[in-house]
Amino acid sequence: MARPKRIRRVTNPPHYIGFKPIGDSENNHPIVMNYEEYQAIRLNDFELYSQLVASGIMGVSRPTYTRIYESARRKVAQAFVNGQPIVFEGGKVYFDSDWYKCNHCGCYFNHPEKNRNLTKCALCSSENIGQLINNQEGEIEDVCVCPWCGLESINTHGTPCHEETCPDCNCRMIHKANLNNSEETIIKKKQ
Amino acid sequence: MKVAITSTGNGPDNKIDTRFGRCSYFVIYDTESNSTEYIPNPTKESIEGAGPAAVEFVASKGVKKVISGEFGAKVKPIFDQLSIQLVVINDPEKSISDIISLLNQ
Repeated sequence: MARPKRIRRVTNPPHYIGFKPIGDSENNHPIVMNYEEYQAIRLNDFELYSQLVASGIMGVSRPTYTRIYESARRKVAQAFVNGQPIVFEGGKVYFDSDWYKCNHCGCYFNHPEKNRNLTKCALCSSENIGQLINNQEGEIEDVCVCPWCGLESINTHGTPCHEETCPDCNCRMIHKANLNNSEETIIKKKQ
Repeated sequence: MKVAITSTGNGPDNKIDTRFGRCSYFVIYDTESNSTEYIPNPTKESIEGAGPAAVEFVASKGVKKVISGEFGAKVKPIFDQLSIQLVVINDPEKSISDIISLLNQ
């Protein structure tokens, strides 16, 4: 069985439900674009982040991010060429709202109603507010494990676990999520 | 609009509680009628899952904004789904009456 998909972090979902081509088009069957695909296009082509940085923001690995981005671009191309509408729907995502800081009273607040623009501080109604950038709380667990001795180390984003070696037993590390039952028994036998 | 503030006691001179799930009291303040209500936190002594249970309790009161010193990682996504706004105050010396006067500005 395939490993379950990791939940993707979406910071700014679109304020509208989709796009429609102008004029008559024969094919009215809408293309469903997931929120994670929208987020990939936004991060890469609008915010101009590199794929490595963008994958970190979404909480997925760099190759997975490229797959999401690829799928998003193909859907956009299909819609443009065939004149099909696009709707934003679904995807394995969770929404994380943006945080702001008030420079007047010093408090922090978030903005869950994304379809309304934020102009005032939630506490003192001052208009002297600024957005908090790079507030990367709730980082995903990204741990490499040695299948022989069970030694754990934090994975650096962008390098796969199997490129690292265990300093004690000199064998290749494995991602913690990929540690299946057979390898767990190896550790138990060793103990 | 109703606002919930976490409090260390049941009076307007008490200070803000820096924890959300295990605060002592919730102050439910109504900005329209200018009324305050002090409710002891029913989840304060629970061993596990105090945060999500407190969210449920606060949401059942019809609150649209929650003010506290800190929110845990489990609590934030639930509030996002319910579209309840979170406000974090880093100053533990602020009293409930200070916060209410700030809200009325």
